[in-house]
Amino acid sequence: MTDWIEIGRLDDIPQQGSRVVANAFGNIAVFRTGDDRVFALRDRCPHKGGPLSQGIVHGSRITCPLHNWVIDLESGSAQAPDEGHAACFPLKIEDGVLWLKPR
Amino acid sequence: MAKQKLVLIGNGMAGVRTLEELLKLAPAQYDITVFGAEPHPNYNRMLLSPVLAGEKKLEDIIINDDGWYAGHGITLHKGRKITRIDRRKRLVMTEDGMEAGYDRLLLATGSVPFILPLPGRDLEGVIGFRDIRDVDLMLQASAHYRHAVVIGGGLLGLEAANGLRKQGMEVTVVHVLDSLMERQLDKPAAALLKRALEENGLNFLMEAQTEALLGDTRVRAIRFKDGLEIPADLVVMAVGIRPNIELAKSAGLHCERGIVVNDTLQTYDPRIYAVGECVQHRGNLFGLVAPLFEQAKVCANHLAEYGIGRYQGSVTSTKLKVTGIDLFSAGDFQGGDGFEELAFQDPARGVYKKLVVRDNRVKGAVLYGDTVDGAWYFQLMREATDIGDFRDTVLFGRAHMADEGREGNSVMSMSDDAEICGCNGVCKKPIVDAISQKKLFTLDDVRAHTKASASCGSCTGLVEQILAATVGNFEPAPQEKPMCKCTEHSHDGVRKAIVEQRLQSLPAVFAALGWKTPDGCHSCRPALNYYLLCAWPESYQDDPQSRFINERVHANIQKDGTYSVVPRMWGGLTNPTELRAIADVADKFKIPTVKVTGGQRIDLLGVKKEDLPAVWADLNAAGMVSGHAYGKALRTVKTCVGSEWCRFGTQDSTGLGVQLEKMTWGSWTPHKFKMAVSGCPRNCAEATIKDFGVVCVDSGYEIHVGGNGGIKIRGTDLLCKVASEAEVLEYCGAFMQLYREEGRYLERTAPWIERVGLSYVKSRIVEDAEGRKALFSRFGASQSRAQADPWAELAQPAQRDQFLPLKQLG
Repeated sequence: MTDWIEIGRLDDIPQQGSRVVANAFGNIAVFRTGDDRVFALRDRCPHKGGPLSQGIVHGSRITCPLHNWVIDLESGSAQAPDEGHAACFPLKIEDGVLWLKPR
Repeated sequence: MAKQKLVLIGNGMAGVRTLEELLKLAPAQYDITVFGAEPHPNYNRMLLSPVLAGEKKLEDIIINDDGWYAGHGITLHKGRKITRIDRRKRLVMTEDGMEAGYDRLLLATGSVPFILPLPGRDLEGVIGFRDIRDVDLMLQASAHYRHAVVIGGGLLGLEAANGLRKQGMEVTVVHVLDSLMERQLDKPAAALLKRALEENGLNFLMEAQTEALLGDTRVRAIRFKDGLEIPADLVVMAVGIRPNIELAKSAGLHCERGIVVNDTLQTYDPRIYAVGECVQHRGNLFGLVAPLFEQAKVCANHLAEYGIGRYQGSVTSTKLKVTGIDLFSAGDFQGGDGFEELAFQDPARGVYKKLVVRDNRVKGAVLYGDTVDGAWYFQLMREATDIGDFRDTVLFGRAHMADEGREGNSVMSMSDDAEICGCNGVCKKPIVDAISQKKLFTLDDVRAHTKASASCGSCTGLVEQILAATVGNFEPAPQEKPMCKCTEHSHDGVRKAIVEQRLQSLPAVFAALGWKTPDGCHSCRPALNYYLLCAWPESYQDDPQSRFINERVHANIQKDGTYSVVPRMWGGLTNPTELRAIADVADKFKIPTVKVTGGQRIDLLGVKKEDLPAVWADLNAAGMVSGHAYGKALRTVKTCVGSEWCRFGTQDSTGLGVQLEKMTWGSWTPHKFKMAVSGCPRNCAEATIKDFGVVCVDSGYEIHVGGNGGIKIRGTDLLCKVASEAEVLEYCGAFMQLYREEGRYLERTAPWIERVGLSYVKSRIVEDAEGRKALFSRFGASQSRAQADPWAELAQPAQRDQFLPLKQLG
């Protein structure tokens, strides 16, 4: 069981944007939506491994920059009819500070 | 609060399609109950003909099986006919006394075959051709009897006759006029069709007036007014349909020929909607499926209380589903006063094509024997494209248009493993399977499920043909397409609103135009960001989060998530200092691949994102700026060496290329924009496949526009010839600005020019000197803000964080 790790501040990520938490086991993408919700997903599209962190955030979804797959940030699932899943990680904001629980 | 109750009367294509559209918009809004008079789930009525002909089975044409209704919590009453509507109590009642209450009622009662009021019409063996029961009766008859007569030589009658012939019957088609399918075909095409059907073994009696059907219990013969009598064990009446309005009439709803509805598909009772063949809209009745689907969409929108969308009528086209006969008809094919006819005939091949044209717009089309281009003509018709620039070749089809690379084959002759989509490696069979198994009806559905034509789009025509051949008579909606699923507005509509309503930001556009999503999607946001930037160059604050990653980080993302970097080399010129700097950068950042591009630049491939700012800083230090190889923007100006070195050169093409690039770099355009300048007509810089190309000649400069060397190779059109370099620069700026202001996002100049016509571009750039100067001046104003090197900005220390990981773990 890993502990919560402080990874930065909400303001470090632009609205509708994303930053990466580099990790020896594969990067984790941290997303901030237009209404300031945050999500953490494996930075790897289930389609061809594209870096989701480089995509366009819309609503609570991200479009992969390589082939436009749309991934739901809340569930990590690809939008139908595409099928696939990107792993999600627990993430919370406390006083503007982001805490991540990598596994 | 209890859910509202929605009752659908009529379990056919139009009604159930409306439910499908409604469930997409508001899945939980209603408790839905469906009553269908037929004892079947919803099936594709268009495909009854192939079932009759033995080419498809009944289960192949079921659209929604019982599981679908159950899965969506819909109560389905099959084989229960509604005989009464009580509008005051808001109840419907079945024949056998069952009642159901409603808050909203949807009528989709379809149509009934028109049965001629002949003596003997009630005899056994006299039927229409409308539903599964009719097909069953025909199949039974074909097993026991020999002689079939089909009354009516229209689409449905011929399909029925063909099917019965395939089942082994002797078939005679009786038609009251002298020409078959007179509502879809002109006489020459009808004659070809008749000949082909006769070869298939059908008999015809033309201009024949039926007098009576003879027999005791079952029909045995048919007699005509001239006294002729022929044997008939089965008589199929296919002389037309009439809207099934008895129920609506008995409920006191206003009906004329059909149930009268407004543009929201509402009847005179605001709680009651109607769609499909039972309705009358703006005086029109409906018999084809495309309009029904459009109505379904609008109606669902209003049932979901979104309140946007109006049905404004449809343009339709027809194909005959008789195997081996290719026939296409659309629009006003008869012509007449004020119309011109373009015709092509090749009797030996059995090919006939006719376009009816007015003011250089296609108004109607009849194709026989070769219908590959039906979809294209239909598109020209719907979009009212000016065909003036290619009317001399239009009849030869799209394959003869310069922009076509891959299309032109008839897909039905292709084998199952023929590759249709080269980008995604999709063959014909998986597409056909997906269409039939997943019940797909639209191009968008096929793209989503199979990826065919979802990338570069050059196989769209083939996929549309497969779709048409697999599901039948469906053609895409005639209206201008919405930008994306977030809105009903088209690209042009949105652009107009931005300018007219002075919308200055993305949220302002979303609010003013009623966007369905809070902040758009990956498809509309980059387009809107561009439209706003183009409309308000002085004031609009660019939104990086609405740009594709390449334009956000000013480099090209590669398949492994690294980037490629291309520094600008004006007109393709470089020097030892720049080359040394590039070499040093490649060494310092361990850049794995260095390649020369097609646009005469050097590409550094495999740069890590976190290295980008430092790479740029080093290149900046040597005097180089961003090459915009990543953007919907001015890319490169390719040149040959011209009169400075070349023994054939007529002008200083290199110098002119450098001037053009210095003037235009940094400009954002609807799609990428490439230029070239060649020093003589040998055209070593390949200027005639560029968006804007200059070919120098001894007496001046030829200006060529709208070329493309990509998916669909298209040679440029000659815009005009000018005498001086200054004029080339002015025409170039004006042309780019016209494209910037009027091209749709992601539309290259080649399709843009084909859409608006070269004549139009000439009228704005060549013939209107004042207009040209105004365009050029607007281009200059926009450039004064656009020409800042994005690399220098992003290489600033304050900007560098965004390229780095938020945190490094482990």
